[in-house]
Amino acid sequence: MAGVAQVSRRMTVANPRRSFLRKTFGKSELWRGVIAIVVFLCFWEIGARSEKLFGYAFPYFGLLPPPTDVALAWSKVLVKWGYWESWYQSFQRVLLGFIAAQIVGIPFGLLLAVNRYFREIFFPPFEVLRPIPPLAWVPASLIFWPTNELSIAFVTFLGAFFTIVINVLGGARTIDVRFLRAAQSMGASQWDLFWRIVLPGTLPSIFTGAAVGMGITWEVVVAAEMISGGGTQGSGGLGFFIWNSYMGGSLPQIVVGMISIGIAGYLSSSAIRMIGNRAMPWRHLF
Amino acid sequence: MQEVTDVKKPGGAPRRGALSIREVTKIYDPEGVNVMAVDNCSMEVAPGEFCMIVGPSGCGKTTLLNAIAGFHSTTTGEIRLDGELLCGPGKPMAEQGADRIVVFQQGALFPWKTLAENVAYGPMVQGVISKKGALEKAREMLAEAGLGEFGDKYPGEVSSGMARRAEIVRALINNPRVLLLDEPYRAMDALTKAIMHQALLEMYDRTKVTMFFITHDLEEAIFLGDRVYVLTTRPCRLKKVVDVKIARPRNYEVLTSEQFRLLVEETKDAVYEEAIKAFQSGERELA
Repeated sequence: MAGVAQVSRRMTVANPRRSFLRKTFGKSELWRGVIAIVVFLCFWEIGARSEKLFGYAFPYFGLLPPPTDVALAWSKVLVKWGYWESWYQSFQRVLLGFIAAQIVGIPFGLLLAVNRYFREIFFPPFEVLRPIPPLAWVPASLIFWPTNELSIAFVTFLGAFFTIVINVLGGARTIDVRFLRAAQSMGASQWDLFWRIVLPGTLPSIFTGAAVGMGITWEVVVAAEMISGGGTQGSGGLGFFIWNSYMGGSLPQIVVGMISIGIAGYLSSSAIRMIGNRAMPWRHLF
Repeated sequence: MQEVTDVKKPGGAPRRGALSIREVTKIYDPEGVNVMAVDNCSMEVAPGEFCMIVGPSGCGKTTLLNAIAGFHSTTTGEIRLDGELLCGPGKPMAEQGADRIVVFQQGALFPWKTLAENVAYGPMVQGVISKKGALEKAREMLAEAGLGEFGDKYPGEVSSGMARRAEIVRALINNPRVLLLDEPYRAMDALTKAIMHQALLEMYDRTKVTMFFITHDLEEAIFLGDRVYVLTTRPCRLKKVVDVKIARPRNYEVLTSEQFRLLVEETKDAVYEEAIKAFQSGERELA
């Protein structure tokens, strides 16, 4: 067994570049994914052009702009400053709301978990506020906060906050009592219990909460941007980019905005996964 | 009451860890229905004794262990360690302390720490030694237990047998007076178990720490222990005490010896009788 492991390790060490390429492009999963996307695009293209091709528009599909038009529209906006400004705006809002939600939500969730009185006092109002959809807060926060920017950030904050708290609370409450007992019997103080047992034991839930919360902040920020709108051209974020395209009647550009948000969300959750793997080296195994 | 037992054994380390359990009773009171888990149970464990507690599942063995460890209270009776009162009248619950370390049934190595960090945990939080010193000591002790090359692995990366061994090392680094083992090898296959026994015996022969080992496996009890306490089904009482005079160090050849067979023969009726009673009563097991 050990011999086999050593041999295979030596092989990968001998030619790292080749093994990297093989690792990345030699996987059948990757090719299956690529083929699936290509087939999907072809289907979409044919469906969207069905009226011209067959003289009959496929239901729903026939109304869509074909992917080639979308690509063309994309190549046009790619060089425009306003498009990237939209990216920047949305990312800034998402990050602001998300980070604020982490900073407030993690300690709040941990406090709920470890302190009974705190939980008894703050959990009921929290549970009443939690089911209110973040978007229902938009009008109130537009009135409440002095600037548009702050109200959007506040709504995105709410989107992530509740999910983060619930995850942190659940994670910290389900830490196995064995770990706490073991640590206590070895002489851990309350402080040690918190920093060395409760916190690392909750990390997986913190990152689950972060991943879900990040998804929600993107949903919320786009909707909030559509509602609040952008002042000058290109300062409304990706949500307003879509809305603006809709008002201008540019169907391909709407799809460009949608896909841009998909990519932005994917980048955000990849970043969280990466940080999570760094912070929890023991989790690679599961 | 009893003097602190610190007898110098010829050629050995000073011996401590005399555990004395006197007339301990524990009544649980869930939803107003009294359930007696332990009934008037007494035993005297000598310093450095490898004490095996055998009883059917759910008989209250773990309740007894929890009382010693300070996880649960007792109703009446007292428990002393080297003469010091752990719990008794006016003090229903023992304080938890690093002189009594528990090795749990399902294992309780912290998954987020490497084996070396796990082992170093006790000395580190007690503040008796620097973090660096604790880690060095941990690596040393892991090496002694044959786990030297696994110090940087996480518990999830090693076999359950290695994890369990590391957990016992983590307990021993605290230099406890008594090691409380709650069916640590329950979920293991026979072969792994045999290897674990060997490793545990080696560690015991080296440290001569008092062992309070709970099991429902009679052969395991006789193979490992100096003395086997057979307990009745719930409420748990002492049923039979068997002295195991098999010489140490022991190895697996003991298992096929005449002496071993006779001891099993002598004890098995008592154990099976209780197991059948427990089965027939069909009560839900208490943790």
